[in-house]
Amino acid sequence: MTVELRTDAFEPWRELADAPDGGLDAGAYGATCAFVGTMRDFNEGDAVSRMVLEYYPGMTERQLEAIVDEESTTHGLLAARVIHRVGPIEPGEPIVLVAVWAAHRREAFEGGRAIMEALKSRAPFWKHEQTRSGGRWVENNTAG
Amino acid sequence: MQVTVKTFAHLRDRLGFAERAAEVPDEACVLDVWQAVTDGSEMPRNVLAAVNLDYAGADTRVHDGDEVAFFPPVTGG
Repeated sequence: MTVELRTDAFEPWRELADAPDGGLDAGAYGATCAFVGTMRDFNEGDAVSRMVLEYYPGMTERQLEAIVDEESTTHGLLAARVIHRVGPIEPGEPIVLVAVWAAHRREAFEGGRAIMEALKSRAPFWKHEQTRSGGRWVENNTAG
Repeated sequence: MQVTVKTFAHLRDRLGFAERAAEVPDEACVLDVWQAVTDGSEMPRNVLAAVNLDYAGADTRVHDGDEVAFFPPVTGG
């Protein structure tokens, strides 16, 4: 189980190509599920040119690790990996990668989804986006 | 006793500080810390709190040297 915060742009598919087995032995898992969240250039009807992701150093990592541990236990995941950007981000750049490995598809789909939803509601990140009319804090995440 | 108070995002803009020390009575709770840094105002329902990097409720006890944080609902992912 690994959690990483990145200040620079990252390529999620390259990250997975470099470690496609999640550190597991060949034959130990039967399902891999990956989610990538990417920055849009629009939000709530406005064009967004740039965003800064603020976080709480120490607490953010701690909460992400707790989420990954809890959901891995609940859903029987064999391995999980989370990478999340912090700092300035441009439209089109990946914000988050959640990748999970499990014996079967149900655990992989549901466990990956559970990590992502818990991250959205519990991990201390705050988006500040730049629109034509100035900067604004994003008040709420989208429902799904 | 003294605690360190941190704030984030638009709550930091509103309260006007990112980090400061606060003096609170022994046996103080999170709500007492909030009131110490906001001139006794009510703690809004949508303000989240943490003590030493874990989520905490308004009635969570704090101790000398603790780090207490206040922030708005999170918007990562």
